[in-house]
Formats: sequence, structure tokens, C-alpha cells
Amino acid sequence: MRETRMCCQLAIAASALRRHGAAGASVAIALVVWVVPGWGGASESTVAPSAIGLGTVLTAEEIERYAITVFPDGRGLPPGRGTVEQGARLYRVQCAACHGAQGIEGPASRLVGTDGFIGWSDPLRPLRVRKYPLQVFSVGAMWPHATTLFDYVRRGMPMHAPKSLTDEEVYAVTGYVLHLNGLVGSQAVIDRDTLPRVVMPGLARTVSAWPAER
Amino acid sequence: MTSDNGRAGLARRTFLGALAAGSSAAAMAQPAQTLAARLPGSMARAGGADVPYGQPSPHEAGVQRTPSNHSGFAVWRTPLETQRGIVTPSGLHFSVHHSGIPEIDPQRHSLRIHGLVQRPLQFDVERLLRYPMVSRVHFLECAGNSAANALSPTPLDQTLGEIAGEVSCSEWTGVPLRYLLQEAGLKDTARWVVAEGADGASHNRSVPLQPLLDHAMVALYQNGERLRPSQGYPLRLFIPGFEGNVNVKWLHRLEVTDAPAFTKDESGLYTQPLADGRIERFAFHMDVKSVITHPSGRQTLPEPHGFYEIAGLAWSGYGRIARVDVSVDGGRTWTAAQLQGPVLDRAFTRFTLPWRWSGRKAELISRATDEHGRTQPLRSEWKRRYAMHSFNHYNAVQAWRVQADGRVENMYA
Repeated sequence: MRETRMCCQLAIAASALRRHGAAGASVAIALVVWVVPGWGGASESTVAPSAIGLGTVLTAEEIERYAITVFPDGRGLPPGRGTVEQGARLYRVQCAACHGAQGIEGPASRLVGTDGFIGWSDPLRPLRVRKYPLQVFSVGAMWPHATTLFDYVRRGMPMHAPKSLTDEEVYAVTGYVLHLNGLVGSQAVIDRDTLPRVVMPGLARTVSAWPAER
Repeated sequence: MTSDNGRAGLARRTFLGALAAGSSAAAMAQPAQTLAARLPGSMARAGGADVPYGQPSPHEAGVQRTPSNHSGFAVWRTPLETQRGIVTPSGLHFSVHHSGIPEIDPQRHSLRIHGLVQRPLQFDVERLLRYPMVSRVHFLECAGNSAANALSPTPLDQTLGEIAGEVSCSEWTGVPLRYLLQEAGLKDTARWVVAEGADGASHNRSVPLQPLLDHAMVALYQNGERLRPSQGYPLRLFIPGFEGNVNVKWLHRLEVTDAPAFTKDESGLYTQPLADGRIERFAFHMDVKSVITHPSGRQTLPEPHGFYEIAGLAWSGYGRIARVDVSVDGGRTWTAAQLQGPVLDRAFTRFTLPWRWSGRKAELISRATDEHGRTQPLRSEWKRRYAMHSFNHYNAVQAWRVQADGRVENMYA
């Protein structure tokens, strides 16, 4: 790999010489001098894999375009805000068809309630569980951080048109789902400051199986 | 040209005439009998043409993955009961996708590395293909494999593939991830990496840095050919022994961080409520497990007694399989099965045990132990550790009841 690149540099130097005469020659010499110290006498077979260097620079603009992950401390949350009230309207249009009017009916993942099977007193419980096993876990009961709601609604919802909601709409829907779980009031405004402060019941129950996180 | 055709035409008419004369005529004309008349038809004809990409025999058309959509997303399970050896054909590899299979043009796809690195980098697919690659045979198992056995109060009468087919084994080839992470230059505070796919919902998982440096790869090939779209074409993360969904398919972004992001799938679906009410997260390793593939659920032993080879698969996300014990009497007595080589690190290991069936009801169980001494629990032991509705990381022993009429059924040991 190194050798190939050196050859290229030399070829460029040679062609510079041909085209520009003496002025080009100094460029050519500069190129050779620049390449040789990096060569370091290493043979082709001792190129360290980490020094292959085929990666290209990722610009700050590119990072900003793609880096959509939101972290529990609020890192990654965008400006903007949404209210529970706006969220209720959006939920009816964008979410209720799959998650149910109350966020408990399914068929898609259950948003509201304690975890476990849907109501132990529900006579249709075995049928419901058989049909929609994922209804046993609810967002409100399991998820340890409210920021995950914003992150996932923004990246993945609604399922038929992911990433089609504005940041304000995502804040609003997030607020409404938190409200359905009794975690914020009906007048709540959700933004990058308030969202990370919502305490989710799943946090106190969390235990990490990965040693470094215990 | 004309005369040639004439002779060939005559020969053909004679041949057809002989056929029309019937078999008695052929039998009488024994001295003239051709090989074609007494050997199978396939030996008396020129065969068919090949095709550019080979396919299984039409007689094997029944060997299919079984789909289910019960979870609200697509799950396709490997028919393990049809597999011999340790490598799953790529087209039969299990797949689970939460937002469908994206169509990705490899010329417009890149892997980006940023976050706690000295030099944020991107690698287009063409560049990645120029890096040194390694090939490793490894199993891949969904965290939710065998969920039916974990959840259902009574054993479901299903095939092995339907019960436990969210596990497969392939030769994966790709670029060791540490080459790329080191090229980007990790900062001292780097501890985790959030891996993200380029699918509809940008599936993402946080993975600790150390195992990524130790043995993860950016996989580009499966069983010698480029990844299938349902396996992440053009590239996926592959972390040997780790639960399926952290092996992010359609990988396009790695964000190096100091802590996990608690993404959707590490907040709910791929966590384990424990019996004491706590919720276990970041249980990445798939523990030691085994299944008897032959005989297995919904098969019928063709004769009421006689010789059958018990064969199965064992694997562990922690390392190599050390031994597999098999019981044919519901766990009262155990015999060490033979391990067929190669016995590879975090790969399917094939085990066999010759068995002479008496024709009486039998209960077959396999129990694998890995090189670290980890072994499989009974279902009751597994259930004691987890909440009643927990289903991920189920690795209890799989038992099959062989009825006196030869039918094989799922049972709980």
C-alpha cells in the first residue's frame, strides 16, 4: 500500500518536472523529501493496520448532519419545545392507530403501564399475550431515561414514515406519552432542559450485566 | 447436411418404433437391449443446463425459513432441523428486522466514526474492501431465541426451527474494527460506541469499547459472498458471541462515547426483568446452549425401533464447547456425546450420539458445557432467575419426547 502511494508521488513529481522544468523540479524534490521520512525504512509487510490510512476526513458539517443520538444527560437534544396538549393531538393522528388510544392496546409496543402481562384480570390475557407478546413490556415501566423517547420517536416514528416529524412535534409527542404514564402534568412543556429531568420508574430498577457499568 | 439429417431422422423413427412395440418386444429382443433401457432415466439423457447462481434442488423446496410477525416486526427462523454440519446456508440464516430491509447502494454508503476520537473519519465501501480482512466461523443468536419456551406455560408442539431457529452459524469475513478505531485515534475517555444502521428507524445499540477492540469486525462477506441484504448489505457490525441486535446491520455510523446512550432497544425490548423486580440491561453474551436437531419436534421416526443417530448443535457466546451430555431417559442418566471437529470459538459445534431406540417412550435432552465450565440450566432453574414475563437469553435445556409411535414433541425438562 505504502509502496503504491510512494510510486504515485514519484510519478507526480516526474510529470511536474516534465511540465514545469526547473520550477517543477523543486516541487518534485519537496514531494520526495516529504514522503521519505514517513517511509521510515519499513517494508511493505510491516505496515501497521492502524496506519493504513484509507479513511477520509469527516467534516464537522457531516457529523452534525448524521449525529442524531440523544444521551440520558440531554446531550444531543435540539432546540425547540412541545406541549402535552399539542402532543395529544399529534398522538391521535400519528400514533394511536398502532399503539392504541390509551397507549396500552397495541398491536405495536405498549407505551403505558406497569410491566407484566396486560391486566391479570383481563379474561383475554392469554390470547393477547400470544398474539402480541411485546405487550408485556411498556415504555413507561421499563425505560430508564425519558430522553430515549425523544431519540426513538425522532429516528423511528411513525413506522410508515420515520423521521417525518419536526423536532417540536417530537417534543410534543414525547410529552404526551410521558403524561399518559403520569410522569408529567397536562400543562407540561418539554424541551432540552426539562426532558432529561423527568425521572422514569425504570431507572431505580436498572441493574447492568456489563461489569464496567455496575 | 441434407443426407445427415435424413439418416438421423431414420434412426429416430426406428427408435420410436421400438418404443411403440412395447415392453414385451423389448424383453424378447434381449441381445439388443441398451443400457438406456435398464438404467434410471437420468443416466440415459443429457442433463439440464446450469444457472449463473446455483439453487437448491426443487425436491428441497420445503427447506424454508419460517416467518412470524407476532412481535410486531419480521422474524425469520432457520430450520435447524434440516441442517447438518455447522454452517448455515446464507439464504437460511435467521433474520430479525424491526423496520424492514433497506435498499442500499454500496456506492453511496459510508461508515462514519466520530465522537471521542482524534480524527473523525469516514470510509466508503470501496475503501473498506481494501483493508486487511479476517474470516471467522461464528454463530449469531437473537436475544429472544426460544422465547416461546420461556413464556408459554405449556410446551408448544412446534419444530425446532420454529422454537429455537433464531440462531445460525456462518463464516463471516471483514475488517477488524480496531484497525478503523485506531486509525481514527481513540481518546482516553472513550468507553462505549453507539453503532447505528442506515435502516428506516436507524436501529442503534451502545456497545462497550473493549470487546469491539478485542474481536469485533466490520463484516462485508458471509460464507464467501457479500452479505445478503437481510444480513446488512453492504456491511454490518459483527461481535462474536454477542446477542443478535447489537450486531448492527447496514452499519453506517459509530459514535465513540464515554457512556451508553440507552437506546430504545437497550431500554425495553432487549432487557431482562428479573424475578426480584429489577431490570437487567447490557447482558450482551449469549450463554451456552444446545439443541438436538435429529430427531426433533414434529418429526416422526420412520420405524418403531432400531438405530438412530442423535445429532445436535451446541454453542456458547463465551468460547468453545467443552462437552455435551445427552440423556434419552428424561435426565436420569447422561452419556457424553461425541464432538465433531472443528470445535471453534463461539461457533456451532456438532455433537452426535448413536442410539438404539427400544420403541418405548423416550425423552431426549442435550446439555452443553463450555470451556469455562458454564452449563445449561433446567427450565425451572432458568425461570426462577427471571420475572414470569421475561424471555430474552433463554438457554435452558431443550427436551424432546419420542412417543411410542415415533412422533417427536417439544417438552419441558
